[in-house]
Amino acid sequence: MTALKSALNSRDPEFKANLSAMQALSADLRAKVAEVKLGGGEGPRKKHLERGKLLPRERIRQLLDMGSPFLEFSQLAAYGLYDGTIAGGGIITGIGRIQGNECVIVANDATVKGGTYYPLTVKKHLRAQEIALENNLPCVYLVESGGANLPNQDGVFPDRDHFGRIFYNQANMSAARIPQIAVVLGSCTAGGAYVPAMSDEAVIVKNQGTIFLGGPPLVKAATGDVVSPEELGGADIHCRVSGVADHYAEDDAHAMAIARRIVGTLNRGKSIPLTLREPKAPLYDPAEIGGIIPTDPKKPYDVREVIARLVDGSEFDEFKRLYGTTLVCGFAHLMGYPVGIVANNGILFSESAQKGAHFVELCSQRGIPLLFLQNITGFMVGKRYEAGGIAKDGAKMVTAVACSKVPRITMIMGGSFGAGNYAMCGRAYSPRFLWLWPNARVSVMGGEQAASVLAQVRRDGMEAKGESWSKEDEEAFKAPIRSQYETQGHPYYASARLWDDGIIDPADSRMVLALSLSAALNAPIPQTPFGVFRM
Amino acid sequence: MRFESLLIANRGEIATRIIRTAKRMGLRTVAVYSDADKNALHAEMADMAVHIGPAPARESYLSIDAILRAAATSGARAIHPGYGFLSENADFADAVAKAGLIFVGPPPNAMRAMGSKSESKRLMAKAGVPLVPGYHGTDQSNAAIEREAGRIGFPVLIKASAGGGGKGMRIVTQQSELEPAIASARREAKASFGDDTLLVEKYLSRPRHVEIQVFADIQGNAVYLFERDCSLQRRHQKVIEEAPAPGLSPQLRSRMGEAAVAAAKAVGYLGAGTVEFLLDEDGGFYFIEMNTRLQVEHPVTEMITGLDLVEWQLRVAMGEALPSSQDQLSINGHAFEARIYAEDPSRDFLPATGRLLHWHPPAQSPHVRVDSGVRTGCEIGIYYDPMLAKLIVWDENRAKALARLQSALADFEVAGLVTNLDFLSNVATHPAFAETAVDTGFLDRERDALTPMATQAPETILAVAAIGVMLSRQEETKAQAKMSGDPYSPWFLASGWRMNDDNHHDLIFKNGEHDQKVTVHYRKQGWQIDLPSGASISANAQRQDDGSLMADLDGYRMSARLVREQQRLTLFAQGKSYHLDLFDPMSLAAGREAQGGSLTAPMPGKVTAVHVKPGDAVLLGQPLMILEAMKMEHTIKAPIDGVVAAVHFAPGDQASDGDVLIAFAQEE
Repeated sequence: MTALKSALNSRDPEFKANLSAMQALSADLRAKVAEVKLGGGEGPRKKHLERGKLLPRERIRQLLDMGSPFLEFSQLAAYGLYDGTIAGGGIITGIGRIQGNECVIVANDATVKGGTYYPLTVKKHLRAQEIALENNLPCVYLVESGGANLPNQDGVFPDRDHFGRIFYNQANMSAARIPQIAVVLGSCTAGGAYVPAMSDEAVIVKNQGTIFLGGPPLVKAATGDVVSPEELGGADIHCRVSGVADHYAEDDAHAMAIARRIVGTLNRGKSIPLTLREPKAPLYDPAEIGGIIPTDPKKPYDVREVIARLVDGSEFDEFKRLYGTTLVCGFAHLMGYPVGIVANNGILFSESAQKGAHFVELCSQRGIPLLFLQNITGFMVGKRYEAGGIAKDGAKMVTAVACSKVPRITMIMGGSFGAGNYAMCGRAYSPRFLWLWPNARVSVMGGEQAASVLAQVRRDGMEAKGESWSKEDEEAFKAPIRSQYETQGHPYYASARLWDDGIIDPADSRMVLALSLSAALNAPIPQTPFGVFRM
Repeated sequence: MRFESLLIANRGEIATRIIRTAKRMGLRTVAVYSDADKNALHAEMADMAVHIGPAPARESYLSIDAILRAAATSGARAIHPGYGFLSENADFADAVAKAGLIFVGPPPNAMRAMGSKSESKRLMAKAGVPLVPGYHGTDQSNAAIEREAGRIGFPVLIKASAGGGGKGMRIVTQQSELEPAIASARREAKASFGDDTLLVEKYLSRPRHVEIQVFADIQGNAVYLFERDCSLQRRHQKVIEEAPAPGLSPQLRSRMGEAAVAAAKAVGYLGAGTVEFLLDEDGGFYFIEMNTRLQVEHPVTEMITGLDLVEWQLRVAMGEALPSSQDQLSINGHAFEARIYAEDPSRDFLPATGRLLHWHPPAQSPHVRVDSGVRTGCEIGIYYDPMLAKLIVWDENRAKALARLQSALADFEVAGLVTNLDFLSNVATHPAFAETAVDTGFLDRERDALTPMATQAPETILAVAAIGVMLSRQEETKAQAKMSGDPYSPWFLASGWRMNDDNHHDLIFKNGEHDQKVTVHYRKQGWQIDLPSGASISANAQRQDDGSLMADLDGYRMSARLVREQQRLTLFAQGKSYHLDLFDPMSLAAGREAQGGSLTAPMPGKVTAVHVKPGDAVLLGQPLMILEAMKMEHTIKAPIDGVVAAVHFAPGDQASDGDVLIAFAQEE
């Protein structure tokens, strides 16, 4: 393999400016995440602890193998929505290692509105289950939730991807031999009762966990009986009488230990159908990545500088280096795993799209996972290119990417606009994981282009009617459009709505991508049947 | 009389010690082993090893038939009995001779003469060896024993006529204590020696125990190899021995030596023997008994004379004359021996059983010798004496030798079961022991001061334990990754990685009586550790080639060793050992389930007596049951005032550690 040679100079003032700009974005991200980590705030957290419970992140810590990484999803879910009160969507999801097995963990945060499900809570829960299903990962649910958030019932109950889908997924994952384990740490009322009930094994904490279809108020209303939650659906009832739960825990810590023991009995192995190599650090420090990315998104840079800071030994075997040069394709290893990298290095032309389709085919044939490094304003436009069939060449790449069955992971490192988003495995193409850098922008096109297009349409209409449009008026027309695109294209806006799996510090890219890739390899890699490529 | 093969009818350290010398002398060695010793060191060291039966000594190491069969099978020509077991059994010596083999030891008649306390004293009196006033009569009635005790004057000592080593021995200070003491001494004598004949002696209040090593050959030569001071005794069990005896004048030494030689000659002795004397404060010395075998503490004599006593024994057995005459023998320097036992000083020296997780004696040198029959991984059971090893040190004089003893004890690392090492260290550093010669009552008087306190680990040690745990977790994780189908997986990085966030791990240690939390923050290089006092230090650790770890705490470096068995940690650092327990939610829950009014066996053993039946009301501290383990009696006492609900064991039953013996209904 050939090692990339970096042309970057860390003493360069531009590098320094770039790096400090990126570090400021990362620092802001960390600050936002720190806020989210406080869940429902000081008061509810204190109350929670006073009841002898562990906070959800501590539960996860104790559930995981000591020192295990935790690849958390959508930390900024619901950020800026619901009046900003639903930190992280009221639920913590991610992948961690339990008894040597990578598992998806779904933990309610009862300090956030009692752990009730808002629309985005449901979406985040379902996305975690989707990750578990696609990547064949056991699920551990740390349940403490009041169920659906009643004022928001139209956003959580009736539709296909709403609350009921959680149990549908549990049943079907269990059928697919993906273990479903629930730990009941608080109330599981009504629909919530199905999380433990639909699990393969369930743990319940005494004097703390309750499971019932109708809670004490409902029982009283229906039958007039006065009954305590513990009598109605506590650990003693469910472990000794009803059999709804299987394991009786003394407290949270004990419950986590029991859950660990259960995972220890799953008898799952991971066999990697790839030729591994001993991992090597890149020759260049991943912490320098921020220095590569220009503060002005219009300024080009060589994406190989990023690749040199991501892959093992900075070694990169490039494919068709001299053809379709705006798309960089090649083979590398990421922490020992072979990967095929598809990275934007400018706008997409017919040649680059064909090269991309070819390379995706190669990786699919060879069973090599694909990594998309996205920074794309779109496909080239214009008479010459349309006549050259750029639409059918773009379609080839989109077809290849859409059909490929190897694990595909996408990282958006800058712009993600228009059809470029599709060809580079955007959210609609179901990459196993999709990560954003804090400088990313995701929209149908750039704010400036959108404003210009809309202004052009308007000007044409006005001029057709013989009206005139002053430069000032046009600017006044364009400004709110630009601003709307800037707002809606911002990664916080995107991540809040779960258009991705989270925003990461570029310096962490290597770790995040390797964890994602490794987790994805829990599922077998099938052969890919491709659709018709328009020739 | 020469022989070229030797069977060692023993086990543990003494077997390995004899094998070493025999091999050096070119003899073919044969070990014997019981079921419990299948993997024992001594069986592995010998040229040949013969299985002789099940674990209980009576059916293996004490079985004359089994030993002789082993000798026949292996073609051994001579048998060395070691100490304990059959070493002082004249019938065995007879049987060996009858089988046409050579017994490495004295003639059976000499053994018999010295084996009976009353007979030996009669002979000694005749030979002019001074005796303690006492009663050794055949009238064994309580009345006779009480009358004689009165005549001699209290305090008196009652002991088994057939015994040794403190078994069946009781000190009685007044008439009223006599009757229960006689009963209990008889019971123990019967159990240990199969003979409940007792004798009564004057009890000297501050005597020293000074014994003389003698040697005699078939040519009629006899010499003494000077004395050993074994005054440091706990309940008549020797703890630390030394040679020469501090403050013994050359005149007294030769008088005692000559008396010992006279004693040996009086019984026609052959080979190695030890004549034990009580040395009174006024310089008077009295014959206690003669041990007709090699003593446990013989190495201190070897260290100050430069001789190999086992070699002497074997040469005498081969019919050679003694290698040296009395005037060729001299004392060089000073030696100590400390006996390392698996026993718990804080629980009344209850023998401990279990697996030796870690056995790391100090490095051997001309100054430090370790005679041991165990190694890491050994199972220490209930069947035999719980002595693990002997630590022997030598230097030019007593002060230097004592300093050697102190540092060698500090360097001795044992984990997995409780030992008396800390107790030995406390004894070795006691000012009275350094300054003067101590008497046999010293340890029992000073016991509270010498019993090691459950040492609370200081914060530095908590920090070292924390990084030790983190480091081994990283290593375990690495090993786990290697075993998995995904050997380089980043999921097996034990760095605690979190997205856009720091991470930490709380370790809760049970440190003495207290639960203490140590928070370990993951850092790019090493860890930041928050300690209970509020101090925070940056720490790092590296594994060294010998398995210990080099900890770096804010730039201060120390070497330490952490041995872990599940949640139990033993940490060796700076010459001390600390015990910490890592909090385990599972075991906590198990403990809660087991709660209730019941009494569990503190150790594995055999129930010999049951004093209560269901329905009996008992008071706190009342004896309920007697458990015999490691040849010692343990009284199980009521932990509360209450009513016995159930008795789960009957006399003769074998109880395992933790078995519920008696259940209580709590008194309302």
